[in-house]
Amino acid sequence: MSGAASQEGNVSDGQFVRPFIITGGRALPAQADLRLETLVVAVGGDAGGPAPAFEHQRIVALCQEPLTVAQVAEGIGVPLGVAKVLVADLVVGGLLSCSQPAELPLHTLERIRDHVRAL
Amino acid sequence: MSGRSERIAPLAVKIVVSGGLGVGKTTFIGAISEIEPLDTEAAITQVSVGVDSLDGVEGKTTTTVALDFGRITLDPTLALYLFGTPGQDRFSFLWDDLVEGAIGTVVLVDTRRIEECFPALDYFEAQGAAFVLAVNRFEGAERFEVAEIREALGIGDGVPVIECDARARGSVRDVLGALMDQVIGVRMGAGRGAGRTPALSR
Repeated sequence: MSGAASQEGNVSDGQFVRPFIITGGRALPAQADLRLETLVVAVGGDAGGPAPAFEHQRIVALCQEPLTVAQVAEGIGVPLGVAKVLVADLVVGGLLSCSQPAELPLHTLERIRDHVRAL
Repeated sequence: MSGRSERIAPLAVKIVVSGGLGVGKTTFIGAISEIEPLDTEAAITQVSVGVDSLDGVEGKTTTTVALDFGRITLDPTLALYLFGTPGQDRFSFLWDDLVEGAIGTVVLVDTRRIEECFPALDYFEAQGAAFVLAVNRFEGAERFEVAEIREALGIGDGVPVIECDARARGSVRDVLGALMDQVIGVRMGAGRGAGRTPALSR
């Protein structure tokens, strides 16, 4: 029955929430250098600020062990762009720690090479 | 700063594995990764939201973009991630996110379908990124001299061309080692100014 089919379509339309609602419409992360593979970990300190929002709390809970931004996105079921905004909030707020230099120093590249050769 | 022990996230570095569809990228990553290839389908599918390019590929089939993703813990403070680029042309818009900040790239070649690697070669040459060409030996495939492959692809002497077996861990390790030599060589030779600009400069 075509009537039932179109009704079904309407239901799924109604359940669709635009992804950036969670970020309050912000599409640009507060910290610009997060990448797919950037590792973030919960710092464990008490930020002392207002209680974080639901999604933020879930991310902190997930990041008790270091996780990549891509895994955070998968873990809380949001698009990567949304995850970047949320993770950046937490890094800026001091609840997550990450280290992502813009360019690796030569000695780090040499360290990587030596480790790779020894695999 | 609280009195508790501060936790520092390990440094994550990334190498991209590219090449045409079915050239052995998944095998290559799986041969050396310490984790099962992670299914980042959900995350990656969503990359497309907010980027664009879903026109014309709407519907259920668009929800499957599997991404090859491997990890090697080099030491407790340093993790190496391997990302495979999606082989299908229609997902090439994902490449920028994958490639951003990568220390280097392995372009895999299958000599039976050598033209399959052209899009990847074009992309990484245009990026000015450090890369090596790894010729995956498929059983039954005709063997070519490295010089012939170099000529067929129009690859300059500055880019290493290596034969490999994507199934063999040792072979994959040697390719990654050669890539690191290339990365370091490019850095030392070019000094600053050449190549890609850092992703972040304040």
